[in-house]
Amino acid sequence: MPQEVGRQYKEIMKKYLESHSEEDLYVGQQFSRRFIEKEIAPEDVISIHKTAMIELHPELRNEVWDSFDFLIEMMIHYGLTLREHQSLIRKQEAIQIEMDVATKVQDTILKTKMPIVDGLDVGLVSQPARQMNGDYIYFLNGQNESSVAVADVIGKGIPAALCMSMIKYGMDGLENDNSNPRNVLEIINRIVEKSVDDSMFISMFYGKYDGENATFSYASAGHEPALHFNAKTGTFSELDAKGLLLGVKTDAVYEERSVMMQDGDFIAMMTDGVTETRTEEGFIEMEMIQEILAEVQDEPAQQMADHIYHKLAGLQNYRLSDDFTIVIFKKGTEKV
Amino acid sequence: MNLQVELLEENSVQYYKVVGEIDAFTAPVLKERLAAVENIQELKAELDLSEVDYMDSTGLGVFVGFYKTVTSNGGHVKITGLNKRLHRLFEITGLSEIIDIEKKESEDNNGTI
Repeated sequence: MPQEVGRQYKEIMKKYLESHSEEDLYVGQQFSRRFIEKEIAPEDVISIHKTAMIELHPELRNEVWDSFDFLIEMMIHYGLTLREHQSLIRKQEAIQIEMDVATKVQDTILKTKMPIVDGLDVGLVSQPARQMNGDYIYFLNGQNESSVAVADVIGKGIPAALCMSMIKYGMDGLENDNSNPRNVLEIINRIVEKSVDDSMFISMFYGKYDGENATFSYASAGHEPALHFNAKTGTFSELDAKGLLLGVKTDAVYEERSVMMQDGDFIAMMTDGVTETRTEEGFIEMEMIQEILAEVQDEPAQQMADHIYHKLAGLQNYRLSDDFTIVIFKKGTEKV
Repeated sequence: MNLQVELLEENSVQYYKVVGEIDAFTAPVLKERLAAVENIQELKAELDLSEVDYMDSTGLGVFVGFYKTVTSNGGHVKITGLNKRLHRLFEITGLSEIIDIEKKESEDNNGTI
């Protein structure tokens, strides 16, 4: 095959040496792609050139031939660098394939079931900034009640994703009577504290809606406060509860609070990818999030979540700097 | 964005002045600088963040890791000069309850650049 390429090279060069035309030069330029395709190293290209010249113009002086040998030597390291580069590309492709598999595994492992509780409308958006999501939503569903964990693993990418499966299995192991927010956080905290690297931990908001009495109880492990919208007064209040990040201290205790939900009320739980949205002018204010949510207060929860995502991601030209997650629990009698 | 970490030792306190933004890209620099001293027994460390306008959760991770190691070696960590936004971050995460922190003296800028 190299001989074939060499023969073609000679023909193309010969034409150009005779015509000096731009067109023939361009044919040569196009032909260089063949060299790249066939992974012919730069030093071999010069070698091919030299062979072609010997055949076309054997009358040339010895200095010319010697200079080609010299040039071949000059090109050897370029050739090595090129091969290294190609091998890196292949490795990168292999890593990308593994990442794709890992993302699929993450999606499968971390699957969660949307709750079905009478009178509770749920919407969510969770959009990773990079390939793997460091935010995590998990629903625990019981008889006429639904709990949600909204977590943000500090640290991103693959380590964060691994950390999440730990949370998931921790929560799957919870018995029903243990599913009060403060208990859940205390238990998960002990699991995380034992098994995670020192500079990796998790913020988590845990909320539980009880359909019997329309009460939402919650606790927070160093997480952004949730927003409660009171439909009657048209005002927001922050649902804030004291508690340390998961994984910092074994014996951390978590405050639990609760709030009653009336028809049309909703609670928005989010990660700092939402509240710390950064635009060219700086960070957005909490009021802006409230305004955006208020605009769509009459829409179903999923539409509300989609709306705020598009608004805030739009401000960043859809190039998120952090994973973006919002879950909305809405109490309503309207369309299901 | 660059991050500078300057070490000044005063009366056996390791005093660090951090200048710049702490995010996923610059946090490793900070982590490396702090890792050099975190295993000293009974270390007294003070981190001045008055010239840090922005920090994300990765930065927070570095401080918590440092805090955990230093306290487990019987030492003490103090973080000073927090602007409003950084202070809120320490409050929300519950870290202000366990780490010795101090707000910026003149708190008139809100850290949005």
